[in-house]
Amino acid sequence: MKDFLFNFKMPEHFFITGDPLIYGAYVSIILVSLAILFVLTYYKKWVWLWREWLTTVDHKKIGIMYLVAALLMLFRGGVDALLMRIQLTAPNMHFLDAEHYNQIFTTHGTIMILFMAMPFLIGLMNVAIPLQIGARDVAFPALNAVSFWMFAAGAMLFNISFVLGGSPDAGWTSYTPLAGSALDPGPGQNYYLLGLQIAGIGTLVTGINFLVTILKMRAPGMTLWRMPLFSWSTLITSVIIIFAFPVLTIALALLTLDRVFGFHFFTLAGGGSPMMWANLFWIWGHPEVYIVILPAFGLFSEIFSTFARKKLFGYNAMVYSMLAISALSFLVWVHHFFTMGSGPWINSILSISTMLIAIPTGVKVFNWLFTLYKGRVEFKTPMLWALGFIPIFLVGGITGVMLAVAPADYQYHNSYFLIAHFHYVLIGGTVYGCIAGLIYYWPKIVGWLLNEHLGKWAFWWFTIGFNLCFIPMYIVGLKGMTRRMYTYPAGLGWETWNLIATIGAFAMGIGFIILVWNMYYSFKHRQNDTTGDPWNGRTLEWMTSSPAAEYNFAVIPQVKGLDAFYLIKKERAAGVKEEAPEIKPIHMPKREAFPVIMSAFMFVAGFGFVFEWLQIGFLGLLGSVITMIWRSFNDYDRDYYIPVEEVKKTELAAGRRV
Amino acid sequence: MEQHHSAKPHIVGYIFSLILTVLAFVDMLYTRLPMSMKITVLLILAVLQFLVQLIYFMHIWESKERAYQVISIAYGIFVAISIVAGSIWIMIYNTMPM
Amino acid sequence: METTTATKGYQPMEYKSEEGRLKIFGFWVFLSAEIVLFSTLFATYFVLVHQTAGGPAGKDLFEVNIFAMETFFLLTSSFTCGLAILYMRKNSMKGYLIWTIITLLLGLGFLILEIKEFSTLVEMGAGPTHSAFLSAFFTLVGTHGLHVSLGIVWVTSVMIQVIKRGFTPVTARKIFMTGLYWHFLDVVWIFLFSTIYLLGVA
Repeated sequence: MKDFLFNFKMPEHFFITGDPLIYGAYVSIILVSLAILFVLTYYKKWVWLWREWLTTVDHKKIGIMYLVAALLMLFRGGVDALLMRIQLTAPNMHFLDAEHYNQIFTTHGTIMILFMAMPFLIGLMNVAIPLQIGARDVAFPALNAVSFWMFAAGAMLFNISFVLGGSPDAGWTSYTPLAGSALDPGPGQNYYLLGLQIAGIGTLVTGINFLVTILKMRAPGMTLWRMPLFSWSTLITSVIIIFAFPVLTIALALLTLDRVFGFHFFTLAGGGSPMMWANLFWIWGHPEVYIVILPAFGLFSEIFSTFARKKLFGYNAMVYSMLAISALSFLVWVHHFFTMGSGPWINSILSISTMLIAIPTGVKVFNWLFTLYKGRVEFKTPMLWALGFIPIFLVGGITGVMLAVAPADYQYHNSYFLIAHFHYVLIGGTVYGCIAGLIYYWPKIVGWLLNEHLGKWAFWWFTIGFNLCFIPMYIVGLKGMTRRMYTYPAGLGWETWNLIATIGAFAMGIGFIILVWNMYYSFKHRQNDTTGDPWNGRTLEWMTSSPAAEYNFAVIPQVKGLDAFYLIKKERAAGVKEEAPEIKPIHMPKREAFPVIMSAFMFVAGFGFVFEWLQIGFLGLLGSVITMIWRSFNDYDRDYYIPVEEVKKTELAAGRRV
Repeated sequence: MEQHHSAKPHIVGYIFSLILTVLAFVDMLYTRLPMSMKITVLLILAVLQFLVQLIYFMHIWESKERAYQVISIAYGIFVAISIVAGSIWIMIYNTMPM
Repeated sequence: METTTATKGYQPMEYKSEEGRLKIFGFWVFLSAEIVLFSTLFATYFVLVHQTAGGPAGKDLFEVNIFAMETFFLLTSSFTCGLAILYMRKNSMKGYLIWTIITLLLGLGFLILEIKEFSTLVEMGAGPTHSAFLSAFFTLVGTHGLHVSLGIVWVTSVMIQVIKRGFTPVTARKIFMTGLYWHFLDVVWIFLFSTIYLLGVA
């Protein structure tokens, strides 16, 4: 027992040393932490931080925290990308060594998918969905906070690997046997497993929460077929999350058991099957890419319809195509490992099911184009990003169909052609959607608009940079350059293309900097959104003040059709007299401390298991279970009412009629 | 009110599940059916047991949300079948000559 | 059908508040996710079931008496758990407590049998690190056992809350949700004893 409690096996390198980048990270982590502590103490903000943010259950604040985290992760993942591009600028570079390069492409991929794209989209859902369906909050506000803090704990755990113990280095797909303990000892790969595990629990809870919210909490009159497209896409994404994430949970748990406890799921010794990992990973992994694209589709639909000043073309076809995509997403996973030796039957069938997906997706692209047709198109920045998405996504989609042809895939597989393909769909689809959505909802989030002029600069830098960066990758891919090689010899005809790609990557970086600078600049030269409806929007979220009051709607609106707010505005313009709504006391959830505490325990547990200090790991788990039980005993009277007087005061202060 | 509080459905459900369980044991341990037949019967019995639990014990039909509940469980079963059948097919039979 | 009570204008207490209805529906969705979670473990087991690395297979290890007993315990506990909810709806504290305690005892009995089975296997040298088959077996059955343990903790914690607060819409909702969870564990066990144990020994 004593041996168990006090046995702390230290990895070879606990504090990572020896590289100027890492020393830089230490210094900046310490300085930033000190600065935050100082500012919070100096301005006496600790109580404010606890009451307003750490224990909040307000979906709008949780959304903001998700978005902040996502932007930070976009920065980190972007820096990883630039480091890789520097290393590949010219043949035989020695900027990074092989080991370091492996770690950087692993963290780049993992962070961009799981700790950037996911929170970015979930953040936008949090900000917009309850407003869009005319609800006061999500169905389970406390669980929403659990989701965020679980994500935060997982993301933090993953990111400290950089300085403590070493980063994972087996790629974001973490294929066995490479990721098994025999070939990859040490804590690095454990960080991947535990960080994703903890964040994944949060995502699953988000899925359940938004499914119930959208199905059960829509404003009166909003039938399913009157729901805005972003709500539809979030509903369908939630379904995919609910049924895909348990697979990830199990896959990660099994590999953790292999690595930490010596089980034999994916080791050849003991009869395990390394390919089973690829199988399980992609059963989750393929639906996952739809999880990150469908909400973006929803955002684009909103933006196209708003800025074309038209009803969305083919609304029903849009919904049915998303439903088809959600079911197909579970039936195509083998196309990620056609070359692993599956038989011709399997490859043929999964190849066809993969190509089938192009049909509903194509339907959507045409619907967007027809929405623009004969519309009065306004080229505001969100619309620019949405318009940029279509050609980029089209290129990505068509090369995707090329990859879906199993025999041809034997040529393209794991080449830069593949890299270019999925960056065209993931950046062109997800990142463009996130940025477009962020700019679109920005006034609703903070109450002022982003500068259009700087926004356009950011768009053009990013878009030109993006194409400069990734078109060459298609070409070097066809010329034989394979994925994940940390350097290459001269004389293969790859030099020029790689140089161009690096230049493009830096241009994208400049675009990102302009985007962030724009946030600061627009704050300094604030152009407040006093109407709550800066874009002449069509859906209910634009009916509230900007930012929306804590309770969202003083009176829940009545929905009379698709584009509910557009119809209300039309009635107002036609002079139809609205009944004076009667304000009633508003039922609200109280703030909750348990999500952040429970997640802190999960962080401790994760940290313990990463270093295989089981006593710490189990202690953390015990802590989070006890927190849950404690919460169960105190799960009474967790709500309160905002009195009518206070609602009226808030509404008047926002310049609204009462 | 009385009929809402009857133990009868519970007792019926319990008897059904006991019978189905005994049948499963008999099927696997005491019959001379070919293996594929045995497995088919076993799976049918298991699915029936599942339905008994859902209907008699879990009252899947009783709430206002019954349609959504049934769709949700059904979608779960669809994904579960794709995972189990797909994995077995891909992982065990993938090298078989076709 | 006898069980469609809500359609006849009568509503049990756990459905009375909007919050209660949302949480029960959310819990059904969670159970659907659990179906997928267990199906992944089943898939892994079926893929690895013949990978015994020269060690023992299911035929050599599973004992009919033990898993028949486990099955009986869990089936009966699912029944008694249903009765506990029935008495809760009849507003009978005594009936609720008696049947809940019987449920918990049956659950504990099941767990003790399972732990004994596991420790016998480990002593025989057939622990989870021995072969891929055993890894998959221990993880699948162990995950179910872990769920049962958590279920026991949860049912107990709700029972204490009910003793303190009586039947209210909130406690009634909690009782109903623990009940759903408990029945669900029985559903998983049905597939476990059929496809792991019975198929293993046949």
